[in-house]
Amino acid sequence: MVRQKLRIRTRAVAAVSVVSALGLVVGCGSGGSGGTGGGKKDGKVTITMGLFGVMGFKETGLLDKYMKEHPDVVIKADVAGDEQTYYTALQTHLAAGSGLKDIQGIEIGRAKELSDTQKDNFVDLAGVAGTDHFLPWKQSQVTTTDKKVIGLGTDIGPMAVCYRKDLFEQAGLPTDREEVAKLWEGDWTKYVDAGVEFKQKSKGDKVAFMDSSSGLFNAMIYGHSQQFYDKRGELIYASNPVVKDAWKLASKAATSGLTAKLRQFQPGWDPGLANSTFATTVCPAWMLAHISEKAGPANKGKWDVAKAPQGANWGGSFLGVMEKSPVKKEAQELVAWLTSPEQQAYLFKKIGNFPSSKTALAMPDVVDAKSDYFSGAPIGQIFGAAAKEIPDEQVLGRKDGTIKDIFSQGLSLIESQNKSPDDAWKTTDQRIKKAAG
Amino acid sequence: MAISTSTPPDGPSGTMPTGTDPDPDGDLLRRRTLLHRLDVGGAPYAFIAPFFVVFAAFSLYPLIYTWWISLHRVELSTLNLMEWVGFDNYTALWNDERFWNALLNTFTIGVLSTVPQLMMALGLAHLLNYQLRGSTFFRVAALTPYATSVGAAALVFTMLFERDFGMINWMLNLVGVDNIDWENNKWAAQTAISTIVIWRWTGYNALLYLAAMQAIPRDRYEAAAIDGASRWQQFLKVTVPGIRSTIVFTIVLSTIGATQLFGEPLIFGQGPNGITGGADNQYQTLGLLLYEEGWKNYQMGRAATVAWAMFLLLIVVFVVQQVVRRVLARRT
Repeated sequence: MVRQKLRIRTRAVAAVSVVSALGLVVGCGSGGSGGTGGGKKDGKVTITMGLFGVMGFKETGLLDKYMKEHPDVVIKADVAGDEQTYYTALQTHLAAGSGLKDIQGIEIGRAKELSDTQKDNFVDLAGVAGTDHFLPWKQSQVTTTDKKVIGLGTDIGPMAVCYRKDLFEQAGLPTDREEVAKLWEGDWTKYVDAGVEFKQKSKGDKVAFMDSSSGLFNAMIYGHSQQFYDKRGELIYASNPVVKDAWKLASKAATSGLTAKLRQFQPGWDPGLANSTFATTVCPAWMLAHISEKAGPANKGKWDVAKAPQGANWGGSFLGVMEKSPVKKEAQELVAWLTSPEQQAYLFKKIGNFPSSKTALAMPDVVDAKSDYFSGAPIGQIFGAAAKEIPDEQVLGRKDGTIKDIFSQGLSLIESQNKSPDDAWKTTDQRIKKAAG
Repeated sequence: MAISTSTPPDGPSGTMPTGTDPDPDGDLLRRRTLLHRLDVGGAPYAFIAPFFVVFAAFSLYPLIYTWWISLHRVELSTLNLMEWVGFDNYTALWNDERFWNALLNTFTIGVLSTVPQLMMALGLAHLLNYQLRGSTFFRVAALTPYATSVGAAALVFTMLFERDFGMINWMLNLVGVDNIDWENNKWAAQTAISTIVIWRWTGYNALLYLAAMQAIPRDRYEAAAIDGASRWQQFLKVTVPGIRSTIVFTIVLSTIGATQLFGEPLIFGQGPNGITGGADNQYQTLGLLLYEEGWKNYQMGRAATVAWAMFLLLIVVFVVQQVVRRVLARRT
């Protein structure tokens, strides 16, 4: 009995959630308030937030600091570990018109979908005072066709290459970060060539040159302004030379045994970091905290950061305020404060989330930042330079996040399932048509 | 939908007023008998009503609404915009190789997990049925895996089955076997997932069997022993026939469970790979396909179609099992 019910639950949950979501649409559509959890009571303002991953506001005590400075404000933040789970819940809540928070985090892969389909649910942040300090392309990612801004930028993800000095030395490659950067200056192909050299010269084949081919693929496509979609919102991944080239090079790396056949942020990757099974990984600024945590104190000082062949942006988020919130004004103030240059610089110093604010990029806390863990690498300089190379226009598409996942899996078909790159491309193509069609 | 093992009591006959009260007032008597009849005839319906009300609200209504949704093209983010497509979703599903792949995977993982699971449960129950010191301890211990959550169990097993640093590969290395890529190799992945299911449910089924075994009269064993039957013969000739209906019951339960397998493969793959059942869909079950359509591609219509296909499939499975049971019953 119990057992059967437990199993039945999967289907039942699916059915019930669809139906209850629909029921709520009908039920609350005309209900008016809906509610977002926040409100004013006895002179106290309560603001609720929905966040995901490590955005840092709660973790570094920024929210506590804000509450200290504003004794009449209480902030309640819910942090979901996994963005996929978070976004699914957010969509359900948006469709149902209930269960939303006053402030909701928006991941870059979802920015386009939300600004296309849900702009009426978000407050227009275009005119909020003191928010003219962002990188120009950052703000444009959450600007709708009618010039409404549905979110303010938190971090961005300029990329570099994190590498292991000790393993490079064993393979007879240079270890100094300037010289290492010269190895692949200006061209990702040279990065793969360096991998071939590394493989030939390193003793034993226990250590791979890079963790996964999908990291390389991401880095290559994100250096261009158009990836999977064009400006009109049409899918162009199949004909876009940028995607084709990245696929070719990444599958070359996969078929020539340069990768450790791992998937980033999936099981095996963390122990791979701790046990040194690969020598390099393409790393956006926010990944540094993860590497230092998972690779552990034993590997401190063995890691270093070198400039990537080409500047690119991987990831980054926004904070939006919901139209339904009863404390819209206070929530906007909080969002503006959390994304202000000072707080962005503070977050970079604390956990390495790279600022999306132009002003913050020039602040000494950012410019002079060095990482102890990564052999004292001047990460402020390296990532700052990379940020400047990011193209001024970044075209986003509705299903960017999903398509990125499908490409990762396509490369993993080559890497771990021994499919030919052509077969893997065909499968990937079909899957994207199913998912985005 | 629910299958209940316990038979309902025969109604509140024990506490019924016997109606011998000599009341002179005929009218009152008539009213009393009416009340009485209502009590006897209506009360049982009132007692079972809550279940059926809840069933209608949380099972029947969603079921029908899911069917309604499956006839539309609708996305999660815009649930208010539904486009009527008739049976297009069903024909698309029929022509979708992922569906047949998922169906086959559900079947193979189901067999890989159910058969060894029930065999082991039977053996375990047989052992627990002996006079043992501390038998309660062993019975509770057998049930412990069942009490752990799918999430926790699957997570631990995922680490055990990890390719580079997992304990199982480490042990295989000790006996000279090369690392197995548990997740990417189709049969290895299905075996690993089955292991999680087996680990969780063996003890549970064993206790069901044990309960049935204890209802077998001792003298049958004594008679068998006098006739010179060995332990093994006693197991085959006395125990198994004695608990046949329980065995059929567990097969029904396990089949339903296997058809809806979801949590174990999802967590086993973790992240995007869990949802699609591996990069090559090598262990994608029907439950995962439903989840992928609904909560990764956000296509609610297509997800509802998978849900209904699963429902129809369960009905087919149920009918087949009834037939098999009847054929078996006729043979004895």
